[in-house]
Amino acid sequence: MLIPDFLLYALLSALAIAITAGPLGAFVVWQRLAYFGDTLSHGALLGVAFGLFAGINITLAIVICCLLMATALLILMRNPNQGHDAMLGLLSHTALAAGLVSISLSGTSVDIFAYLFGDLLTTTAQDAWLILGISLGIIILLVIFWQPMLLCVIDQNLAKAEGIPTTLMKALLLFCIAIMVAFAMRIVGVLLITALLIIPASSSRLLSRTPEMMAFLAAIIGCIAVLGGMASSYWYDTPAGPSIVLFSSALFLLAFSAKKIIDYTSKRR
Amino acid sequence: MQNTRVNAHAMPAKQDGTILTLQEVTLRYDNVKVLDNINFSLNAGQILTIIGPNGAGKSSLIKTAIGLISPQAGKVIKKPGLRIGYMPQKISINAQLPLTTRRFLSLNSRKADFSDAVKRLDITCLLDTPIQGLSGGEMQRVLLARALMKQPELLVLDEPAQGVDVVGQAELYHLLGELRDELHCGVLLVSHDLHIVMAQTDHVLCLNKHICCHGEPESVSQHPEYLHLFDPKAADDIAVYTHDHDHSHDMHGDIVKGSKQSCSHP
Repeated sequence: MLIPDFLLYALLSALAIAITAGPLGAFVVWQRLAYFGDTLSHGALLGVAFGLFAGINITLAIVICCLLMATALLILMRNPNQGHDAMLGLLSHTALAAGLVSISLSGTSVDIFAYLFGDLLTTTAQDAWLILGISLGIIILLVIFWQPMLLCVIDQNLAKAEGIPTTLMKALLLFCIAIMVAFAMRIVGVLLITALLIIPASSSRLLSRTPEMMAFLAAIIGCIAVLGGMASSYWYDTPAGPSIVLFSSALFLLAFSAKKIIDYTSKRR
Repeated sequence: MQNTRVNAHAMPAKQDGTILTLQEVTLRYDNVKVLDNINFSLNAGQILTIIGPNGAGKSSLIKTAIGLISPQAGKVIKKPGLRIGYMPQKISINAQLPLTTRRFLSLNSRKADFSDAVKRLDITCLLDTPIQGLSGGEMQRVLLARALMKQPELLVLDEPAQGVDVVGQAELYHLLGELRDELHCGVLLVSHDLHIVMAQTDHVLCLNKHICCHGEPESVSQHPEYLHLFDPKAADDIAVYTHDHDHSHDMHGDIVKGSKQSCSHP
């Protein structure tokens, strides 16, 4: 059976994003950054509006907006003692609302739903190559800085005392997430990007004994969800993004049950 | 001993040379002064204990000393390339991170040879335990092991005796004395208990935002500032319960083999 070109590009991009989302999602879970993921993705929508108004390439505008948002979050995170969830909520929802309002004001006939829930099947060859390149870059960065980043997750002070540039590591992580979010927007849409980060990582947590295994399994689980979601989208004409997320939720349930059964049987032995 | 402020020259400079000096360090959090004009220096092979009541700024002082916090005024001078082993007061690790003690110890170190440190702190049996499952005292020993693996020239410990019983504390301080002799490292530690720290320490610094008094352990315990800080009335209310066990415990609280034991369990 031959795969139509558009489906091939869509599949490649979605798999690349799922693989990148594996280790990044693990960090999001470890550092409790789920809300940050939401804020970044809402920033992506603002990027769409910005691109439409400024008349520049939309993808570029999204990337710029996500990076700016990540910088704002980084500044906000500098004082860990201050309760900043309210500030985050303000930033996040203002970005979402401003994005929606300005897109509708721009007058162009833009399909907002495509941005909110993803429009995977319109991926072009050029998009696919770009996403593959970006994903590869992020993975390489994560491999190089894996150990120091992990030590930062364990304890900031300990890492800093051992000479790790903790602020740089945090910035690197947030910028990687920001770029991944900017490109994942096309796959699952603004509202579901965080799901792509945290659901596979949470599933793999149940089955992993080392941080590396958790990151790796999260990538695998993400890929299975992509394949399942896209198959369902192809044959039953369901929206691709939400189908992928639903599949990863189903995999979480599966992993959860498997874990319970394993624990139960090992206890009885 | 009568000055309430210490200057850098007040401490006897040994031949070993100074590895850490704080000059007129002042630290504020949101305009609240946490440290006020702190001066001291530490030599290689010297044990310096910082004591003081809760909220005296003890943790802030050592965080400033090793560069985790930058002071608003004053200078922190470290020997160039100083290797620091830092043992934080406590760390809390997210339960979502699957990590064994072994992996924690080998993380981000090139050689990852922790066998000596592990043997020394008697934590071999904890190596395959998830790090989140360790008790407070176990975690302290694991953190100390990690600090030791770096062959530190300066060992910094924030309340190392926390969560360890009296016998365990004595053992811990004995170990610190040994390490100082072996590695010839400077040791900077925080304690809120003067009485137990005393034996191994060379110099005591009594802190309550500023340095109240400092000196040899015996002289500090007589110093009026110290007595004022650790309210003598409170001291009257706490009697030391002296009693002899016919067996001894190690740092785990387990009974040491070979020690006499009268209370045998059937």
